[in-house]
Amino acid sequence: MKMKLLHGIAAAALALGAGTAMADEDAELVINGDLEIVTKTDAPAHLEGAVGEIMSGWRFRDSTTQVMQMDDFDNPGMIFVDDARDMWATAEGSEGKSCMDCHGEPEDMAGVKPVYPKWNEAAGEVRTLQMQMNDCRENRMGAETWKYDAGDAVAMEALLASVSRGMPVNVATDGPGQSTWEQGKELYYTRTGQLDLSCASCHELNYGNMIRADHLSQGQVNGFPTYRLKNTKLNGIHSRFKGCVRDTRAETFSAGSPEFVALEMYVASRGNGLSVEGPSVRN
Amino acid sequence: MKRTTIALAAFALGTGMAFADTVAPGNVAFDGYEVAESLTGTPGDPEKGREIMTNKSEGNCISCHAAEAYADVPFHGEVGPMLDGAGDRWSEAELRGLVVNAKMAFEGTVMPAFYKTEGFNRLGDGFTGKAHPEDKPVEPLLNAQQVEDVVAYLKTLTE
Ligand code: HEC
Ligand code: HEC
Ligand code: HEC
Repeated sequence: MKMKLLHGIAAAALALGAGTAMADEDAELVINGDLEIVTKTDAPAHLEGAVGEIMSGWRFRDSTTQVMQMDDFDNPGMIFVDDARDMWATAEGSEGKSCMDCHGEPEDMAGVKPVYPKWNEAAGEVRTLQMQMNDCRENRMGAETWKYDAGDAVAMEALLASVSRGMPVNVATDGPGQSTWEQGKELYYTRTGQLDLSCASCHELNYGNMIRADHLSQGQVNGFPTYRLKNTKLNGIHSRFKGCVRDTRAETFSAGSPEFVALEMYVASRGNGLSVEGPSVRN
Repeated sequence: MKRTTIALAAFALGTGMAFADTVAPGNVAFDGYEVAESLTGTPGDPEKGREIMTNKSEGNCISCHAAEAYADVPFHGEVGPMLDGAGDRWSEAELRGLVVNAKMAFEGTVMPAFYKTEGFNRLGDGFTGKAHPEDKPVEPLLNAQQVEDVVAYLKTLTE
């Protein structure tokens, strides 16, 4: 079979008439003038041979979108964080307890978000932050669980992310959660749908390239939850995964499914070393 | 010779006739990565091919490929190479093979197979995110005549 190598041509391809305000490659993210965010750093060891440098999705957005994340007054995601602060202090459920009664100030939870998803020994499973919050609601507060990735859950996740902003993502890739991590890795590289594309097809092989009007990022999750200008609300990680899988003309998994929990764990670990950035602003 | 006859017959009797000679996605005859035989016997229309390639809801080739030749349409992707000169670089049979299933030429390519209905993982029902119903026939991304139209347009991309 004849094989013609065209990768060279691909590299030389020019973006014609894209007209989008491209990201300033050298811009650095500093929030409120003093909180420095690592948006680009050496890839973690487990990505050796695949990716050399990891970059937050922030670096791929146009400058108007980038600027919105540099000041909390301009970041619409922070409105949801304020709502979540109220929820944090509000007693709910049969036990009449609030998150605050057991956990103190939201700031006392700094350092929790960067290591999630993580193994929970008592439950014998890997849990996302939302799963853990729901466990507290159901079993410690006697309150109704939140629907996965819906308003309240994502707002609370944003609050817990915001108090960890600037801290490095540090998700375990070994230990008891390793088999879940491996499952997530497998999903990342598995092609789906009629377009037959995997996460890697777009976010590992083609980041930095335009796909129609979108500037492809590495599909990192360090910025989640993200406030998207497109739907003017906070978006959870699994909802974003759903959209990306659907776009390959595939049957997606649902938010909160074991598959997406595993995928989140693996994708989060690809960002080990980047700062927690949520709630971030994206288009 | 045979092809001309079919084309003339199709012309005389209306397009319905050409359909009988359409090669089904599962029956496309590859020689390496080339497909010599037209899928329909009806010559492709390059104008329609251009429309299909630059239309988001049809071929959407533009989402991955830029070209000076359709610079008037906005938002060109850069995942694949620029297509100017593709008509010089490739023969008609090669181009047909590339559009039908580019994986025959480029192992593991991200370019989707446009005339293929089998062998997918978690096939969805279009862009709904739901499973493709088992009792619903799978439509290829482009139909046979659209493939011919696209090939005809690609042949015009000479430098
Ligand atoms: C009655 C006390 C109680 C209440 C009320 C409570 N929690 Fe918890 N929470 C705990 C305990 C105890 C743990 C540790 C459980 C474990 O490790 O399995 C915990 C763990 C967590 C963790 C994981 C911390 C880590 O380091 O991994 C998060 C996140 C969390 N809770 C969020 C919440 C939120 C949000 C609320 C309110 C909706 C809430 N909790 C309400 C007792 C509570
Ligand atoms: C057809 C290409 C394509 C595929 C395949 C794809 N994505 Fe995406 N994805 C995009 C585009 C386009 C965007 C929006 C621009 C960007 O951030 O890259 C995006 C955005 C994202 C984001 C948001 C990043 C941010 O900083 O806000 C995440 C996370 C993501 N994708 C994860 C995934 C995962 C996980 C998979 C595999 C299940 C996947 N994507 C498959 C095209 C794709
Ligand atoms: C998801 C992205 C994607 C889409 C959509 C796509 N292609 Fe491609 N195409 C590629 C890539 C990447 C290559 C280069 C082969 C490789 O290295 O994998 C390629 C190669 C080609 C080539 C050979 C390159 C040359 O010019 O010498 C042609 C011709 C081509 N594509 C035509 C099309 C047509 C026609 C369509 C729409 C019906 C289309 N492509 C849709 C990604 C894509």
